[in-house]
Amino acid sequence: MNALAQQNALAQQVAPAPLLSVTGLSKRFGNVAACSDVSFDLYPGEVLGIVGESGSGKTTLLNCISGRMAPDAGEVAFATRRFGLSDIYSLSEPDRRRMQREEWGFVHQNARDGLRMRATASANVAEPLMNMGGRHYGKMRAETEKWFNRVELDPSRLDGQPRLFSGGMQQRVQIARNLIHRPRLVFMDEPTGGLDVSVQARLLDLMRELVRDLNLAVVLVTHDMAVARLMADRLLVMKQGKVVETGLTDQVLDDPQQPYTQLLVSSVLQI
Amino acid sequence: MAYVAVKGGETAIANAHRWLAEERRGDPAVPEIDVTQIREQLSLAIDRVMCEGSCYDRDLAALAIKQARGDIQEAVFMIRAYRTTLPRFGASEPLDTIQMRAARRISAAFKDIPGGQVLGPTFDYTHRLLDFTLAANGEADIPPALKSEEPQEYPMPNIASVFAHEDLLEVDVPTPDAPEPYDLTRQPMRFPAGRDQRLQALARGDEGFLLGLAYSGMRGWGNTHPLCGEIRYGEVDVEFVPEELGFPIEIGEILLTECVMITGGKGGANKAPQYGRGYGLVFGHCERKSMSMSMVDIALKAADAGEAANAPVKDEEFVLYHSDNVEASGFVQHLKLPHYVDFQAGLLTIRQLRAEFFERQRANGEATEPAAIGELVS
Amino acid sequence: MTVTAQQSNQPTQQYNYAYLDEQTKRMIRRAILKALAIPGYQVPFGSREMPVPYGWGTGGIQVTAAIIGPDDVFKCIDQGADDTTNAVSIRQFFAKVADVATTEATSEATIVQSRHRIPEKTLKQGQILVLQVPQPEPLRGLEARETETRAMHAYEEYGVKYVSLYQSIAAHGRITTGAGYPAMVNQRYLMTPSPIPKFDNPKINQSDAIMLFGAGREKRIYAVPPHTDVRSLDFEDYPFEIQSWEEICALCGSEDSYLDEVVLDDEGNRMFVCSDTHHCSVRRDAGHAGPLAGHALATAQEAAE
Repeated sequence: MNALAQQNALAQQVAPAPLLSVTGLSKRFGNVAACSDVSFDLYPGEVLGIVGESGSGKTTLLNCISGRMAPDAGEVAFATRRFGLSDIYSLSEPDRRRMQREEWGFVHQNARDGLRMRATASANVAEPLMNMGGRHYGKMRAETEKWFNRVELDPSRLDGQPRLFSGGMQQRVQIARNLIHRPRLVFMDEPTGGLDVSVQARLLDLMRELVRDLNLAVVLVTHDMAVARLMADRLLVMKQGKVVETGLTDQVLDDPQQPYTQLLVSSVLQI
Repeated sequence: MAYVAVKGGETAIANAHRWLAEERRGDPAVPEIDVTQIREQLSLAIDRVMCEGSCYDRDLAALAIKQARGDIQEAVFMIRAYRTTLPRFGASEPLDTIQMRAARRISAAFKDIPGGQVLGPTFDYTHRLLDFTLAANGEADIPPALKSEEPQEYPMPNIASVFAHEDLLEVDVPTPDAPEPYDLTRQPMRFPAGRDQRLQALARGDEGFLLGLAYSGMRGWGNTHPLCGEIRYGEVDVEFVPEELGFPIEIGEILLTECVMITGGKGGANKAPQYGRGYGLVFGHCERKSMSMSMVDIALKAADAGEAANAPVKDEEFVLYHSDNVEASGFVQHLKLPHYVDFQAGLLTIRQLRAEFFERQRANGEATEPAAIGELVS
Repeated sequence: MTVTAQQSNQPTQQYNYAYLDEQTKRMIRRAILKALAIPGYQVPFGSREMPVPYGWGTGGIQVTAAIIGPDDVFKCIDQGADDTTNAVSIRQFFAKVADVATTEATSEATIVQSRHRIPEKTLKQGQILVLQVPQPEPLRGLEARETETRAMHAYEEYGVKYVSLYQSIAAHGRITTGAGYPAMVNQRYLMTPSPIPKFDNPKINQSDAIMLFGAGREKRIYAVPPHTDVRSLDFEDYPFEIQSWEEICALCGSEDSYLDEVVLDDEGNRMFVCSDTHHCSVRRDAGHAGPLAGHALATAQEAAE
């Protein structure tokens, strides 16, 4: 058990208030059960990894818990600032969207989906501040410069266009854009997928640091067990829409109980 | 040279109209065109004006063409403007095109179909060689077409009924609780658009625009290389139910071209494979338009089925917003209106930016500013 | 329908008052009322084809046609001038189909229809300004899709607009929009005031008059009722500013009206004159004179009157 998880286990004994609570979540597409009866709690400062092969239902699960797709059954409760603990699908659409903008971040696998490619990097990073009512250009620009440094991007590229950046740089801009407004919960969908192995490694280090420094709660979806080991405190292993195994990352990866998990783990290249 | 302002707008407009009328008349020594001549001898122009003008009246179309000096889009605009003033009695009964007394009916899908392949009056197999006897007005000696010994049997079953036995072609039948068809001449466009809205917009849409889109769909910008199930052209009766009578009466007949395109053949998990259908229906004999319309219909249906709008012809907003040539022409040509006030705003800004640019350069020691030209008179 | 040549050559047919039929006027009035009830919100309406092309003022014409009556006094301007060709054309149209009195004097008008300018003379209670709008959607340049922009307004998600202003400052050191400057209406809806110069934006804020906006081709009507908050977008450190000139009006000497630049020759000589021609002539009649008073421009104007 790593230090953070120990901390959380302790915290749970003292103040058992999850930030995100998913209960009995199910979603079908025609005959296919993409997600069946998934339940878990997520606490502040915790990184939950959802792992599985493609087709395991992890993307559907992510879309349902991040408010992008209503499930057929079950509840997704989040401790919202404005309404307290609420099922996000009981909120009106404007309220849900506002909550997503103000309290959450979502880092997409493909920067194209998470950035305005026609806007400059600085404008992309400043936008969440403007959405929250920021109206002082100078201050916001200074803030974007600070974040550029924080995600290890060269500030001379502030007014550059993300479409001309490398993949790794685009992801760094995406990360800055999703953290600048201090969300409490960040969803990440294969954030390092498609990147060079060395670029991945550096990016993962950065993300770990930021998660720790900001005490973020993160839901990280990945098919890459190495990424899961590096980033997640806890894992949910999915197969064909069901959670087949769950537990602390080290335990699941070092001592997988289920045959499917064993298969997944054994197929990982040891870097 | 002292500046003389452009004034007397009213006089200018009146004179412009008079000059326009002279241009329209052309050489006064040449006989004036009769609208009945236009109606009879330029019938395809009439058809297009009725179709895009959304008003079936051959004489009005002929007048519009004469007044518009042959500019078809201008004539369409006139018809549309006139249509706005017409009172609306109600809607006809749905047209029964199976009952069409088709002068022409072909199908590329089958070698022969019940009712036969009837060539009709078509340009299709003509050799496009200019016929100078027409210039010499030598039409009097042309032999008439031969009539067949047996009269054509009606009704001719349509392609849908041919497929119906095997349920091979998708059928579009409104549900009993379906709302009244959308009317674009009464309501603004709304997205996502229902098929009724789409088809109405396409029927009124510019033939050239739809032709280009259909073409693009066949060439890789989209995925539409359909089969021509059927094209038929001929007279269809129009029926109307007056409130006082409570039963339908025939109020006339109109010439229509109908085109059904066949595509696809995929199915789904819950649906047996079936051919998809694209539909085109236009006033008069506008075949190219009816074919283009049905092909664009197919492409737009693809988006309904979940395909990405990754080509212009599949993008509903792109197609429907820009297919109306009266709107398009108005907006494009509005650029001729004076814009000097907003232009002045732009000039102020660009001059400011230039001044700042050269200021920065001077500060950096690089002077590239061009010499000041002219003098301010103020 | 077969029509003989004689019927086709019928003289002008009889039109309903103000051209549109009563049903259509009613439909437009309902849209106007809805627009006034939700300031800045674009109300879709069944815009009709008019004898004037789309893009040339059909929206403004339909709004005016729906509200005009025989007791109204109608003024029509384009670029601030009563005698530009399109203003003349529209004024003639209403004189004919609405049998209404027309005027060039802003203070005498009950309805002022305008393209791209708001008159210099402050409008009073009881006056209605009808603006012609080519593109009612302030976000259209940034997002082509109507389905998207409609959602943005519904969710009050205007981030994309602020991003564009932010970038303007980053690239040029200022917000460079000079006309059609976006404004927040009643702290809720973002609107474009039509392509008026930003110089005119302050006139919409807390006006005593009713302001109606008609977009015929795009089929939208929106409105700003009297005494409504209309705030042009800006940043605290880059506040909204209107245009100003070093020059004054060459004819009347005005220092605070919007000026047109008139090119005098091809050697760079130019002069500046009030865009609002009536405002300028009122000043000249009152004895004000600019450095080029007595210039051919003024003389021709007086001759035409």
